[in-house]
Amino acid sequence: MQYWIIQTLNSLALGGLLFLLAAGFSLIFGLMRIANLTHGSLYMLGAYVGVTILKFVPNLWLAALIGGAVIAIFGGLIERFILRALAGNALGQVLVTLGISFIVADFCLIVWGGDPIPVQTPLALQQPLRVGGVAFPTYRLVVLAIAVVTAVALYLLMERTRIGAMIRAGVDDMQMARAVGIPVSKLFTAVFCLGAGLAGAGGIIGGPIMSAYPGLDADMLPLALIVVMLGGVGSLLGAFVGSFLIGAIYTFGTALLPDLAYVILFLPMIVVIAFRPRGLFGRQTV
Amino acid sequence: MSEALALSGVDALYGESHVLHEVSFTLSAGKVLALLGRNGAGKTTCMSAIIGFLPPRRGEIRLFGEPVSRLVPEAIARKGVGFVPQGRRIFPTLTVRENLIVSGRSRAGAPVPWNLERVVALFPRLKERLQQVAGSLSGGEQQMLAIGRALMGNPRVLLMDEPSEGLAPLIVAEVGRTIARLKQEGQSILLVEQNIKLALDLADEVVILNTGRVAFSGSAGEVRSDQVLITQHLGVF
Repeated sequence: MQYWIIQTLNSLALGGLLFLLAAGFSLIFGLMRIANLTHGSLYMLGAYVGVTILKFVPNLWLAALIGGAVIAIFGGLIERFILRALAGNALGQVLVTLGISFIVADFCLIVWGGDPIPVQTPLALQQPLRVGGVAFPTYRLVVLAIAVVTAVALYLLMERTRIGAMIRAGVDDMQMARAVGIPVSKLFTAVFCLGAGLAGAGGIIGGPIMSAYPGLDADMLPLALIVVMLGGVGSLLGAFVGSFLIGAIYTFGTALLPDLAYVILFLPMIVVIAFRPRGLFGRQTV
Repeated sequence: MSEALALSGVDALYGESHVLHEVSFTLSAGKVLALLGRNGAGKTTCMSAIIGFLPPRRGEIRLFGEPVSRLVPEAIARKGVGFVPQGRRIFPTLTVRENLIVSGRSRAGAPVPWNLERVVALFPRLKERLQQVAGSLSGGEQQMLAIGRALMGNPRVLLMDEPSEGLAPLIVAEVGRTIARLKQEGQSILLVEQNIKLALDLADEVVILNTGRVAFSGSAGEVRSDQVLITQHLGVF
């Protein structure tokens, strides 16, 4: 019983972290058609920056906020000064974002070294939550709660505000959105910053579970890609459902059938893509 | 009479294919100028050049005297160009209300400013459907939404590309009445239309394009009385 509860919570926590990563990736791709392959690196960089911030500010949540903001600014710079010049050039964007991710990986290796750096769970959350004789790892519950709150906030931003409607108008028909005066260029930068910030904050929040280590970027990026392909690019609901689906498949797959972990991970995506090329919640785009 | 929108010597190219050759015409403030011509004459390309989708290779486009031909579409829209595109191109996944508010902008000096209330008063059918997803509207309703969306920006010049295309006769008449009413309120309108009768009924001035060049420029009355001109450039009707 305890084993299943722990694994379920592990999968939900991983799903929550994946959502923080995939929501931004999906929004960026949906609006700008940029497959941002630095997204995994932004997550890893967030984790490392968080490690450093924690030396000065011993509060994980504050570190996540500050680190998220730092990564958001970094993402904004990439968008403004590099990706902006490559608008419409998909191959160029893929190569440039891949190149930046290698540079970030080497940068992290030089600055933070090659050993995994553990991140301490906040003291108040170290004790498991006991309900009816079953112990729940508190921090994982909190991560899950953060993902749900973030999802609701993103949903409200996208569906209930004028800015959100403008972003969706850009996803529907970018050219026409510009023709009615929507400042698409500014929205691009804002969405890119938001996506990068979420990824960076995700890296820090995920620290107590995953630590910061070289290769964290390459571990997370494929998962985010699968989530987005499975859920449907540009769909917040798709990113949400996809994240928890992949979190569960990955966690239980590696626990129960470690030899087939990647088969179990990639097979559902391939099946979904084969029958629903736009993913579970994807829609026709103009 | 002041000039609202002026094209002078505009050349536009799609890749290497030359689609507009030194096109020049002027829309006076508060007037309706009908831009006519056969399919492929360059009417829609003119619209694309004005709104900034296809920046002119040469020549200049001025909005109330101010050059706009080097600006991006969102800046041109913010300078006061409203655009009702061919095929309507409403945002299909947004609600009717969202379609309208995303382009909402006030403008200093607008006599009676357009806002959500005024637009739905102009098109009562949209009022009942404000929360409906725009992609589910009928063609006529989508056309009204496209016009309303453009008006929400309080444009100084309204570009309308084939607003009657693909609509039932009753709806065409309604679109015609709407344009007439906007004209009455002093809205400057550049109208591209295949429906020659509708266009000639509404227009003060007419410019006829033929293979990317201005073939005729004059008053609507001149065109109406010149059967040869109509046959030569617009086909028989």
